[in-house]
Amino acid sequence: MTALTLNPIDIGAVVSGLTSPESGGIDVFIGTTRNQSRGREVLLLEYEAFEPMALEVMENLERRAMERWPLHKIAIVHRLGRVPVGEASVVIGVSAGHRKEAFEACRFLIDVLKQDVPIWKREHFADGTMEWSGSIQQSKVNVNRV
Amino acid sequence: MKIRLRLFANARDLAGFAEKTVDLQHPRASEVFEYLASVNPEFREWSRSIRLAVNRRYVDDAHPLQEGDEVAVIPPVSGG
Repeated sequence: MTALTLNPIDIGAVVSGLTSPESGGIDVFIGTTRNQSRGREVLLLEYEAFEPMALEVMENLERRAMERWPLHKIAIVHRLGRVPVGEASVVIGVSAGHRKEAFEACRFLIDVLKQDVPIWKREHFADGTMEWSGSIQQSKVNVNRV
Repeated sequence: MKIRLRLFANARDLAGFAEKTVDLQHPRASEVFEYLASVNPEFREWSRSIRLAVNRRYVDDAHPLQEGDEVAVIPPVSGG
C-alpha cells in the first residue's frame, strides 16, 4: 500500500493494515520533523511532491522489495504540506515471517525513498526564513538505477 | 518540437514558473538544460544535480524526446 496524504498519518491504522496471520513480525520506520537543522531552529517542514510520479516510484519500490525478500505486506505513506515538529512525515512498515527480512526491507525502502521519490521539503526556520533542503552542489546520481 | 516542461521545488523558484510548453530544436533531454540556462544562468551550476523525468520516468541526458512529452525537472529530492 502506498499513499500520499495532506493529513496527519494515522500510524496505528498503517500498522493494523500490515498484520497477517502468517507474519511473525512487523518493522516500522517513522520519520518525524526535528526541531533543528544545521544548528538552526526549525518550526516546521513543508513537503511537496510530483504526486503521480512519486506514487509510481513508491509502487516500484514496493515491487522491488517484494521480489527481493519474502515479505507479506508493505506500507509506504508520506505526508505532504506542513508537518510541525514532532509529527510524522513518513511511515514505512513491513510485515514478514521473521524479523531479519522485515528490518532489511524497511531500511531499503526508506533509503531508496530518500534518493529517488520526487518529494521535496522546505525548512521553515524560527527566524522567519525558509530554505529548500538538499544541496544543489551534490553530484548527479545514477539515473539508470530505477 | 513542443514539450511540456514541469518544474518543482527550488528549480521552480529559480525559473519563476511551474509549467510551460517549450519549443525545442533538438529532441534530446540535454537541450532542456540549455533552455533552463537561458531562463536563468544559475541553472548552469545546477545541471549536475538535476535529474530529468520524461513521462514520469527518470532518463539520462541523451534520452530522445517526442512531441508532447512531459519533461519534469527534478532537483535533489528530500523526502523522508
